[in-house]
Amino acid sequence: MSDLTVQILQAVLALALAPLLTGMVRKTKASLQRRCGASIFQPYRDIARLMRKEAVVSHDASWIFPAAPTFILAATWVAAALVPMFAFANGLSSAADFIVIIGLLASTRFALALAGLDIGTSFGGLGSSREMLFATVAEPAILMLIFALSLICGTTRLVDIAGFIQGTQVAPHISLLLAFAGLAMLAVVENGRIPVDNPATHLELTMVHEAMVLEYSGRHLAQIELAASLKLLFYVSLISAVFLPWGIAPAGASLGQIALGLIVYLFKLAVAAKLLAFFEISIAKMRVFRVPQFTGVALMLGLLAVILLLVSRSF
Amino acid sequence: MLIFAALICQAVLVGIAGFAVCTAAARWANGIVYSATAVACLTGLGIALTCLLGQTQPALALPIGIPWVGMHFRIDALAAVFLAVVNLGGAAASIFAVGYGRHEQFPQRVLPFVPAFLAAMNLVVLADDAFTFLLSWEGMSLLSWALVVSHDRTAENLRAGLIYMAMAGFGTLALLTAFAVLTGSGGDFTFAAIRAHGVSPALSGVVLWLALMGAGSKAGIFPLHAWLPLAHPAAPGHVSALMSGVMTKVAVYGFVRIVFDLMGPVDWTLSIAVIAVGAVTALLGVLYALMQHDLKRLLAYHTVENIGIIFVGLGMALAFRSSGLAAAAALAFTAALFHVFNHSLFKSLLFFGSGAIQNATGERDMDRLGGLIRVMPQTAVAFLIGAAAISALPPLNGFASEWMIFQAAFLSAGLPQWGLRLMIPAAAAVLALSAALAAACFVKAFGITFLGRARSEAASSAKETDKASRFAMFALAAGCGVAGIAPGLYTNLLRPAVQMLTQAAMPFATLPAPLAPVAASHNTYNGLVIALCVVAAMLIVAIGMKVFANRRTRRSDTWDCGHPEANVHAQYTAGSFAQPIRRVYASIVFRAREAVHMPPPCDLAAARIETSLNDPAWILLYAPVGRAISVVSGRLNPFQHLTIRYYLGIVFVTLVVLLTVLAIWP
Repeated sequence: MSDLTVQILQAVLALALAPLLTGMVRKTKASLQRRCGASIFQPYRDIARLMRKEAVVSHDASWIFPAAPTFILAATWVAAALVPMFAFANGLSSAADFIVIIGLLASTRFALALAGLDIGTSFGGLGSSREMLFATVAEPAILMLIFALSLICGTTRLVDIAGFIQGTQVAPHISLLLAFAGLAMLAVVENGRIPVDNPATHLELTMVHEAMVLEYSGRHLAQIELAASLKLLFYVSLISAVFLPWGIAPAGASLGQIALGLIVYLFKLAVAAKLLAFFEISIAKMRVFRVPQFTGVALMLGLLAVILLLVSRSF
Repeated sequence: MLIFAALICQAVLVGIAGFAVCTAAARWANGIVYSATAVACLTGLGIALTCLLGQTQPALALPIGIPWVGMHFRIDALAAVFLAVVNLGGAAASIFAVGYGRHEQFPQRVLPFVPAFLAAMNLVVLADDAFTFLLSWEGMSLLSWALVVSHDRTAENLRAGLIYMAMAGFGTLALLTAFAVLTGSGGDFTFAAIRAHGVSPALSGVVLWLALMGAGSKAGIFPLHAWLPLAHPAAPGHVSALMSGVMTKVAVYGFVRIVFDLMGPVDWTLSIAVIAVGAVTALLGVLYALMQHDLKRLLAYHTVENIGIIFVGLGMALAFRSSGLAAAAALAFTAALFHVFNHSLFKSLLFFGSGAIQNATGERDMDRLGGLIRVMPQTAVAFLIGAAAISALPPLNGFASEWMIFQAAFLSAGLPQWGLRLMIPAAAAVLALSAALAAACFVKAFGITFLGRARSEAASSAKETDKASRFAMFALAAGCGVAGIAPGLYTNLLRPAVQMLTQAAMPFATLPAPLAPVAASHNTYNGLVIALCVVAAMLIVAIGMKVFANRRTRRSDTWDCGHPEANVHAQYTAGSFAQPIRRVYASIVFRAREAVHMPPPCDLAAARIETSLNDPAWILLYAPVGRAISVVSGRLNPFQHLTIRYYLGIVFVTLVVLLTVLAIWP
């Protein structure tokens, strides 16, 4: 299949599979808590229901408020489409390396934080201010992880990083393990999962992400929810592409290889959902001011990986 | 010919200044003076671009100044780059001021100085000998000082002027000494002669530190930045833009000219100093900025941050160059120069925005603004673009230059020196941290100022700014967009200057193709494709919502979990937005403290929270120096009130001592 077809297929599937991943996480969490839980397809129904409803917008809202969800969903979608999921496509990879993808997510955070401030409610301001605080440690941490990967693989382009790790018999680098742990922690922070934030919280003072989107309803909320699911899918795809790229079909692969790659990818998603759910129910939410320390550990892991690699490339 | 035209431009600017002296009081003078200034600056921009594209290096010596020395001027590739930055910023500020300047209370205190200030900055860049350079540099300092104290009714502005004067004097002294060391005993002040005899390795460290102090104090590196956040906001809006967006770049030019060009090869150990100073400046600059609630002061502190980023880029270029990694040096140097250009665009834009707000509301304090997006919608859009650009968000220009700096940092593993290999990743992490803090700061700056509900009568009844000001802001915003999606256009223009100083250049960028940091690298970035992808995805989402979703929108009251608060002061303020960051970072760096005063039960007095910050630069550097000066001058004070006999005695003793020294001198 041609590059472009694969690229479009990945983009479409990313959007289509994102709510399923969220549904799987919720279902697993429910069963681990000995609840029955909703079907794994419930997030699709939620989004469809929100889209059927009218949108309520405050009198105090400016154009930023309705425009932000569209931008956030679009930019997250582009970022997710740039990660190799089940097949390598070089179509867009020359336009964006790892840093650009992180930059795209930073733009969505910027837009969401502004939307939180738009109406002038205290909860919105609280969410925005905390979200930006969390990002301040997360961004240098992720840059250090990219630095470590570029030292191992000699590139910052995701396709090449994944190809390098897939292609060579990489001995278990210690620095690679450190980077893996760091990226997993960052994924938890960036997606607002427990212990950093609770996506299902009902207590306003503990909210971060939910506090910013409190005023959203109808189709705007549907876009925000879809973007949040997509971001989770993005991080799962990213971790699996960088650290476990096995099963990703090569560029120019046949339909059969791609189908196989897709099956492997779905398996990875299911495993990731189980692991995330297990992690979330086994830990308590931490105080807001502990989060920078948690993220700081990821930063230290990244720095340690870089320093180890500078000492010797074989670490 | 070109250099002659460039000098004519400066003469015209001085002429405009003279015209303004005579006519400033008239109402019609504002439009004429600033239009003429804009035309002169655009001509200067054209000359700079012609030199860059034609790769000519016109030079000229004028028989004025010191007898038998004269004044030398030259537009080489480096000068042309900075000439373009100065004149672009100058033209934008002049166009903005056509509208903005009409509100000026004392036009005769501002109008004559702006064209002269621009001419002085241009002459610094054009100078080809140390005498002309220092003379123009001092002129630039004095004229900008006059503009800083143009509104001298407030004690704050007077203090800013005093501190600026002291720091400018210190900076010029350092540069003067640097040039004295560079010139040596030969006495030939021309840059060509200085370049030819070079500087001994023992003295190169001295020159670099002097240049770092002299140019750095003007650019605003920590801890010599203290005057900058006081002086830049004190000036009128367009002058703040010129000082922050352009004058700091002239200072960077001074540093680059001395360290990269005149000094010759620089030892790698010195690059450590430049990188360290840059990283500390970037981080502290943005942390200071986050603590502000005065919009213009916040922007001024951000200049400090961006100067830090530029110095990290320059330091990396020095490090790579000293180890012979020419391609990496070219990348780092291009990134620094590109960031110089980018910062002049978005910082001017943001200062224009704050000037427009100050004109419309009379306020600079963000905690008394809010909701301006409704009354000043166009200013809000322009300011938002500038805020996103300075926060290094793709696909705007701030991201492109920071991306290049990160790519250069990734090449540091090829350096042979351990110190640098460990230092550059740490500096990159600091830059990423300051980029994230900058994003937080501009969410605050835009969100508190433009979003939410108006916190004062002035903010709710503000009017959109005039056409000329809006034109200037949107022109700069468009520049930020173009430089972001087509960075190759600019890196190509920078190639001659980079080639001149690092003996290599970034790969030539053919436009629709992505930007590659070094030849044959796969780490490419194509801002255009990313922008198109995001726009396409937004269209798909919007169309999808139109087709599949309920299109009805109902306007209603704010929900806020069922407890909407009618009091506008219950909204998040600049201080409360920064509170988490203050607790996490500033409690260490600035020893920030919070004290909550709760009234006893049944007492109806309001509860208060007091926060205090301690500026380490003032506590550790300026306060001790100030105390030392006052102690010394206190001790010397009695010498002012002696009788004539004592003075004669002192003269006699001095004479004897000096003669004795001369007698025993070998």
